[in-house]
Amino acid sequence: MEDIIVRYISRMLVPFVQLYGLYVILHGHLSPGGGFSGGAVVASSMILYALAFNLAEGTKKLSHDASSVLESGGALIFAGMGLFAILLGTNFLGNRVAGFPLGTPGNLFSSGAIMVITAGVGIKVASTMITLFYTLIEGEGHGHD
Amino acid sequence: MRKLLVFIFLAVIMVALVATVLEMPTFGEPGNPTNNEVSERYIEKSIEETGALNVIASIITDYRAFDTLGEATVLFVAIAAALSTIKAHSH
Repeated sequence: MEDIIVRYISRMLVPFVQLYGLYVILHGHLSPGGGFSGGAVVASSMILYALAFNLAEGTKKLSHDASSVLESGGALIFAGMGLFAILLGTNFLGNRVAGFPLGTPGNLFSSGAIMVITAGVGIKVASTMITLFYTLIEGEGHGHD
Repeated sequence: MRKLLVFIFLAVIMVALVATVLEMPTFGEPGNPTNNEVSERYIEKSIEETGALNVIASIITDYRAFDTLGEATVLFVAIAAALSTIKAHSH
C-alpha cells in the first residue's frame, strides 16, 4: 500500500519489534518465551515491512532463497548439537553429561546447550513463517496476471 | 452402501474412544499414575542439573529434547509439503 503514514510508522517500528523478538529468544532459559514464540515475533516484523512497502522491497531485505536456506539451517543446528554431544563421547543431546559449561543460574550465558538449541529453533520458526508468506503472496501475483 | 459402511466404521471408533474416556481417573486427583516421582524430580533438581531458571525451558530443551527435535521435524515436513503443493499448482 502507498500510504505515507503507514510507511513512516512501520519503518520506525520494525527495529523495536525485532529487538523484542531477539530478547525473547535469547532469554529463553531465564524468562517465559523461548524459541517458538520469539521466532514468531521476529517473523512478524519482516511481514509488517513487506506489507507496508511492496513485496519487491521486502525481498531485497531478505530474499526468498536466503529464508529457505535458513529454514533448513535451523533444524540442522538442533541435530548438530546432538551429534556434537556424541562426538564428545556421551549421549545424544546430553547437556551436563557432555561437559558443556553450565555457569551460574541467572546469567545470560549459562546452561550449556539450551541457548544454542533455543536459538536454532527461533531461527527455524522465523524463516518458516517468512518463506510461507512470500510463497503465498507471490502465488497471488502470478494468478492475477 | 458405501456411506453405510463408513458410518458403521466411525461409530465403532466412537464407541471405543468413549469407553476409554469413561475408564480414566478424575483429573487432578493426588493418587493418579501421572503424579509420580518424575515431576517432583524435575521441579526439585532442574536448577542444579541444567542451570536454567525457566523450568519449562529446561524440560523441553534438556530433559525431553528429543521430543522437541521431533516437533521441529514435523514443522519442517509440513511446510515443505505445503510449499511444494502451492508451487506445483501455480506454475
